Amino acid sequence: MSESLAMPGTNGKGAAAVLAVGVASVTLGVFTLAGDAIPAAASFFNVWNPTGPLSGVTGFTILIWLAAWGFLSRRWAARNVNFHRINLAALVMIAAGLLLTFPPVMDLLQGK
Amino acid sequence: MEITFRDAVTVMHGMAFGGLLLLTFSGAGIALYAICAPADSWTPAARENRFLGWYFSAMAALGWLTVFAGAYLVYPWYRARPPASTTDLSGYPQRLLMSSPTTTGWHDIGMEWKEHLAWFAPLCLTAVAYIFLRYGAQLRRYKEMRNAVIGLVALAFFAAAFAGFFGAMLNKNAPVRGGANIILMRSSHE
Repeated sequence: MSESLAMPGTNGKGAAAVLAVGVASVTLGVFTLAGDAIPAAASFFNVWNPTGPLSGVTGFTILIWLAAWGFLSRRWAARNVNFHRINLAALVMIAAGLLLTFPPVMDLLQGK
Repeated sequence: MEITFRDAVTVMHGMAFGGLLLLTFSGAGIALYAICAPADSWTPAARENRFLGWYFSAMAALGWLTVFAGAYLVYPWYRARPPASTTDLSGYPQRLLMSSPTTTGWHDIGMEWKEHLAWFAPLCLTAVAYIFLRYGAQLRRYKEMRNAVIGLVALAFFAAAFAGFFGAMLNKNAPVRGGANIILMRSSHE
């Protein structure tokens, strides 16, 4: 198949992949904070006892990441989206995820 | 010369998977150059573009292997709780680190961040691999998508490098050790 025939045409599927990383990042951050701050959440995330709450925090994050990616990918498959806005949204969500997983920030938010 | 089973698994997690992943970022730099270089200097052929897509796929696979091996093989040994009467904490790395104010930070900040930060690397690399495989040479047409790819690769490198650094330092201060001994080489003096 030549390169021209392989042209995807729209940027929607690429945007879906990028924004899904942002969704996964902020989800990981929120779940990490919840698992650290709320005993009931820690218990909920304790899917596999040897690994503890980390198993659920990361496992559920992966599920949400795949669901978000699949949903956005189907929705934007034939569309050209404003990629600049997608990048900005992903950047904000990734920054939030990084901050929420950083222990000193988690402690600050919990007043420790 | 021998190592314990847990040492061997930790080496597989940190050096075979994680170390190799960090090395592959040098190749990722070439891939990023390929989509950013002026068209008159280097335009990768369709085959080269496909190769770059599979290269990022291999990086993503290494990332997933690293985090899953870390979370489900090494981490349970790291966080194991010692029996109440135990005074020798050498088999319980987390408790050993937390037993001294000079080492507790390696757990409180190092491990607590590493165990979550590391997951950013395979997440980002999977998205990058998908974009390379789907768009290939067309990435040159999409400036904002190129910027996203560069940012995701940079974030993946940051996550893998920091997780690797903390992993190495944690294992220096409180090695994950135990299980059956594996003889790597017999000494000629035996």
